Amino acid sequence: MHRFANPNRFLRIAAVVLPWSAALTVALLGLGLYLALLVSPADYQQGESVRIMYIHVPAAWMALFIYSCLAAASAVALIWKHPLADLAAKASAPIGACFTFIALATGSIWGKPMWGDWWVWDARLTSVLILFFFYMGHMALTSAFEDASRGERAASILALVGMVNIPVVKWSVDWWNTLHQPASIVRMDGPAIHASMLAPLLVMAAAFTAYYVTVLILRLRGEILARKIGSLRLTRIQDRQEESGPHMREV
Amino acid sequence: MSTPAQEDAAGPEAPPPKPPLKRPMTRKRRRLYLVLAGMVLLGGSAALVLSALRDNLVFFYSPSEILDREIEPGRRLRLGGLVVEESVERNAGNGSVVFRITDLSNEVPVTFSGLLPDLFREGQGVVAEGELDRNGVFQASNVLAKHDENYMPPEVADALKKSGQWQGQGEAGP
Repeated sequence: MHRFANPNRFLRIAAVVLPWSAALTVALLGLGLYLALLVSPADYQQGESVRIMYIHVPAAWMALFIYSCLAAASAVALIWKHPLADLAAKASAPIGACFTFIALATGSIWGKPMWGDWWVWDARLTSVLILFFFYMGHMALTSAFEDASRGERAASILALVGMVNIPVVKWSVDWWNTLHQPASIVRMDGPAIHASMLAPLLVMAAAFTAYYVTVLILRLRGEILARKIGSLRLTRIQDRQEESGPHMREV
Repeated sequence: MSTPAQEDAAGPEAPPPKPPLKRPMTRKRRRLYLVLAGMVLLGGSAALVLSALRDNLVFFYSPSEILDREIEPGRRLRLGGLVVEESVERNAGNGSVVFRITDLSNEVPVTFSGLLPDLFREGQGVVAEGELDRNGVFQASNVLAKHDENYMPPEVADALKKSGQWQGQGEAGP
């Protein structure tokens, strides 16, 4: 981990990984959508509307996965003060927030025809909404201070606090009776989903993960360059002040 | 005189070996322990709060729970369970529906007038929002369908039923 914390080494690795992860995203997304929309069968209960699952479920997984990455990066930033960890947390938050929003929105669209309502306040839906608020709070807090490092510190503490919500989201459907059905894939006695529907789901999940890697690299690269420009500007201003100092005195 | 001198001699020699060994680690270690302790405390308190609020966090009650608690008429609550097979009666006159909800040990009769969701079927899970009247009939103002976690193509569902391995709830839909 320590070796990758060096921004320059990261930029070199990122330049190699980026084209591959971008190509993988496009290929997997194309394959996944083809399988999900054309090849996979309709459900015995839900008919064709089951296809929204291939967006909804991977997006919800990503919402949890990215928040865990965000919290891990925040912990590393707080404890070991790696410069890249703060930037990784900052770069991850909007991506995770987008996936959470997609999960909430597609869930709502799916809920209306199947359950009979756009939104219900059951434990699963409410805890995912709280997850979304944690993402928003993290983004707001990061940029709430004049001094960027103070904002990042406050945001990483918030990220760790929000980690409490992650097991609640995951197991809410098992701990309490909810309108949302229990997990279909990750369970003790194997997936409760037919192989012809599991395949597109997993391909879409892989595509979303590749997308996260690609966008994270792009955003991290931008953050590193922005910080470099910032420090360059600072030294330029200092240089100019040193140059103009004696000149001013002569006049 | 000899004791202070001895202490003086021992003083500078004894402390130095300790701090240089520990100091470089201490800050990171301390922050690590602080974060870990914070997470444990936070997780513990969250677990306590959630278990204390257990009753309020359930989305619906089962028929047995409703009968056990002897809930007074007029209190709004949600009732969840399976629609009893062949219990659904549609009243063509005023468009209302009567059915029974079961948790396989107790049953509660429900009346509802309004649009039922697509997934509402006999043998299927539902959640009804409303209140109990004086006769013990649940007057639903809204009915939500609850589907299970099984996903499969219709042919597979039919094959499972034919071979007698069917474990899911409800009949295969159209």
